[in-house]
Amino acid sequence: MKNDKPNKRSNTFKQGILDGIPVALGYLSVSFSFGILAVTSGLSLWQAVLVSLFNLTSAGQVAGLSIMTASGGLVEMAISQVVINLRYGLMAISLSQKTDESVTVPARFLLAYGITDEIFGVASGADHPIGRRYQLGLMVLPIVGWTLGTFIGAAAGAIFPDFLSNALAIGIYGMFVSIVVPKAKHSRSILICVMISVVISALFYFEPHLSSAVSGGFATIIAAITAAAIGAAFFASDKEEGAS
Amino acid sequence: MNPVTFAIYLAVMAGTTYLVRMIPFVLFRRKLKNRRLIAFFEYIPYTVLAAMTLPAMFFSTGNIYSAIAGFLAAMVFALLEKSLLTVAVATCLATLAVELITKFGSF
Repeated sequence: MKNDKPNKRSNTFKQGILDGIPVALGYLSVSFSFGILAVTSGLSLWQAVLVSLFNLTSAGQVAGLSIMTASGGLVEMAISQVVINLRYGLMAISLSQKTDESVTVPARFLLAYGITDEIFGVASGADHPIGRRYQLGLMVLPIVGWTLGTFIGAAAGAIFPDFLSNALAIGIYGMFVSIVVPKAKHSRSILICVMISVVISALFYFEPHLSSAVSGGFATIIAAITAAAIGAAFFASDKEEGAS
Repeated sequence: MNPVTFAIYLAVMAGTTYLVRMIPFVLFRRKLKNRRLIAFFEYIPYTVLAAMTLPAMFFSTGNIYSAIAGFLAAMVFALLEKSLLTVAVATCLATLAVELITKFGSF
């Protein structure tokens, strides 16, 4: 057996579970923030939990939450989820290059649900091909952590006083800042894309005609796509800064 | 939120999210070659997060001053490249501090 070497991580369910522990712990705190935000926005505790269980994505859920609570349209909801979660599609293609023959089409129907930034990151970093048992193991604890964290956050949000809930609900935006800023610090092209995106987003927020004509969900989509397209048009010929 | 309305939103949201993950995983097995497309996909997560965060973050607490405090704390700790959790905790604490001052402070 190839996997007998002591330091070699093996392609097993158990190893998947172990590799999922740090991801699950991280998810507890992010989804805690989402839970608070969800109940302070008007969802019930169980609605918040169901959103997390069925979507398993932070940015998509925050966008979806704001569309729900603003009584936005279903087309807007669908388009926003496609755009915001587009990267998972790319990760799925990338992960496909690394899967072994145990990852059959039926297995893909199940495993696709568990493709997130962090789970993809761990799977990409593994020094072995990805089998379906490993990938399934890798998903389990993060799903539990994401859902449980939402439950705890939503429960806390329902009993905490406003000033405390407000202070905790902003935490998820702090997490978004902590994802974007270090990347932008090291990549000029990402920095410029991000600034363009913020300018367009602010324009839709503050310009009276635009803000009344275009809802928040669409504003995010327009800002993000325009900024990324400008970046792709101008920077794609640069030497790549670690395109993934 | 009304359970039926919620269920419809959830079905559309979760269904779309699942299909975005599932369709490429089942259908595409080859690597992307087009550099502009690769770059576009590389930028999208960051442009999405940026557009969602600003300016919405400033209005997320109902008190622009506490939100600005949270934003500044997030920027400082993110520029120092602290962990996700550290940045989030710093954001919450800075916001909480200003919330408490405006609520209970008597300056």
